[in-house]
Amino acid sequence: MKITSKLYMALVMIFLYAPIVVMIIFSFNSGKSTAVFTGFSTKWYAELANDSATLEALKNTIVLAICSSVISVIIGTVAAIGIYKLKMKWLKTTILSVTNIPMINPEIVTGVSMMLLFVFIGKLVNVQDVLGFNTLLIAHITFNLPYVILSVLPVLKQTDPHIPEAAQDLGCTPVQAFFKVTLPSIRPGIITGFLMAFTLSLDDFIISYFSSGPEFQTLPIKIFSMTKKHVKPDLYALSTLIFVAILVLLLIINFSQSKAENKNKRNMKG
Amino acid sequence: MNKTKSSSMITNLPYIVWSIIFIIAPLIMVAYYAFTDRDANFTLSNIKLLWSGHYPEIFGISILFAVIATAVCFIISYPLALVMVKSSNKVQRNVMLLVMVPMWMNFLIRTYSWRNILSDNGIINTFLESIGIGKLELTGTAGAVIFGMVYNFLPYMILPIYSVMSKLDVKYVEAAEDLGATKIQVLLRVIFPLSLPGVISGITMVFVPSVSTFYISQKLGEGKFMLIGDSIELQFQQANNYNLGASLSLVLMVLIIISMLIMNKFSDDEGAVII
Repeated sequence: MKITSKLYMALVMIFLYAPIVVMIIFSFNSGKSTAVFTGFSTKWYAELANDSATLEALKNTIVLAICSSVISVIIGTVAAIGIYKLKMKWLKTTILSVTNIPMINPEIVTGVSMMLLFVFIGKLVNVQDVLGFNTLLIAHITFNLPYVILSVLPVLKQTDPHIPEAAQDLGCTPVQAFFKVTLPSIRPGIITGFLMAFTLSLDDFIISYFSSGPEFQTLPIKIFSMTKKHVKPDLYALSTLIFVAILVLLLIINFSQSKAENKNKRNMKG
Repeated sequence: MNKTKSSSMITNLPYIVWSIIFIIAPLIMVAYYAFTDRDANFTLSNIKLLWSGHYPEIFGISILFAVIATAVCFIISYPLALVMVKSSNKVQRNVMLLVMVPMWMNFLIRTYSWRNILSDNGIINTFLESIGIGKLELTGTAGAVIFGMVYNFLPYMILPIYSVMSKLDVKYVEAAEDLGATKIQVLLRVIFPLSLPGVISGITMVFVPSVSTFYISQKLGEGKFMLIGDSIELQFQQANNYNLGASLSLVLMVLIIISMLIMNKFSDDEGAVII
């Protein structure tokens, strides 16, 4: 039983990692082929360092992810507090159902619907080529918002509503009470929301594909146009670097979590 | 009283305005474009067109592929979740991490990498030819498209099923065993009904992206299988017929709403059975 279950887990992992392993191996291929390995070389990494278009796309992706996640965290946190305080039940339910729409709708429909809105507005104000950084930013904020709101809201529900009230009784203005009391207590939810928004934005292809123009390309859009032709191993080199970065980040998080868990256990025993 | 009401309005208003303009208005735009022609006159021809030509077939194949992919994901994920919850905490955490890491990699690259493994000049076929077996046709088949869907969306099935199962109260299982249930009875009549919320959300999370995908079918299906997502992409990015594209999107949306209603109904019925 033990061996079969270990074997089963291993099989699923092989399935999940086969294309990633292939990608890493062929990023070190000395030839141009992505199917026949002819020898070890790091030339594709060197080529990548000189590929200004790809580096530009990488820069765009990071700029967009930072802007969209910061803005969506601000709007989303304020919205979560508003929803939490809202007394009118019908309005609360309506807002939460609308919030769910971008999460339930297929990404392609969200992308297409945004594109239609932008094109329609462009026609109204007689601007051609409306699609660009601004539309991309709006689209990313829109699909990030539900994740921020749904990360902050549960944390808000766990906090004691009397503490900010007590702060105000003791002479804080509502704004002070918010920054000194409410905000620190919901910080974990805000951080989770920010990380989700940031990573979703980094990785998004489908919605970006429909809401971006030719002037501002993100990495996933660049990758899409690269895979339309024959792919050279430099794309694999780039993906390998991204993979290593993600892996290191997740290992650090995982390690700190297990450390905290051990500490808790020890404290409980003591 | 009035003061709290107005302060709650101030915090709510920006988001309400945002969601009206960027969530609701875009959906109205989809309906608007679907029911108008190029000159913005009302027409039903875009919708009617979907009941003719190859469109019924496109919808049929998309639904069929997505259903099969969802079923395969379930068949792989459920035993995995069962095996995982029986393992030590450390193993559970590591397997979870390993399941999540690929989700952070761009799906375009991972799908392209599978194409490199499976295509006519790919790794498997190059190897088979070198040992004299000859080439197998792996890409450009229905199986390859479904394979790509299963690969890309498998974590979305594993994660919800595992998270429900890991919170499942072991006492129910022990009680059933004490009362003489066999292992299979415990699985079918205790564990499965209790894990149903995870299964339902897994099914939705795999079915929705599968039925609307466009990249997977183009890369692994070699363009031989036109899915709903492919035809929407075609209308918006190449044919520039936004009206037809919008009507396709509208029908896709309705299709997904219907399937979600069916899923909810199904889960409610099952809930009644448990009680």
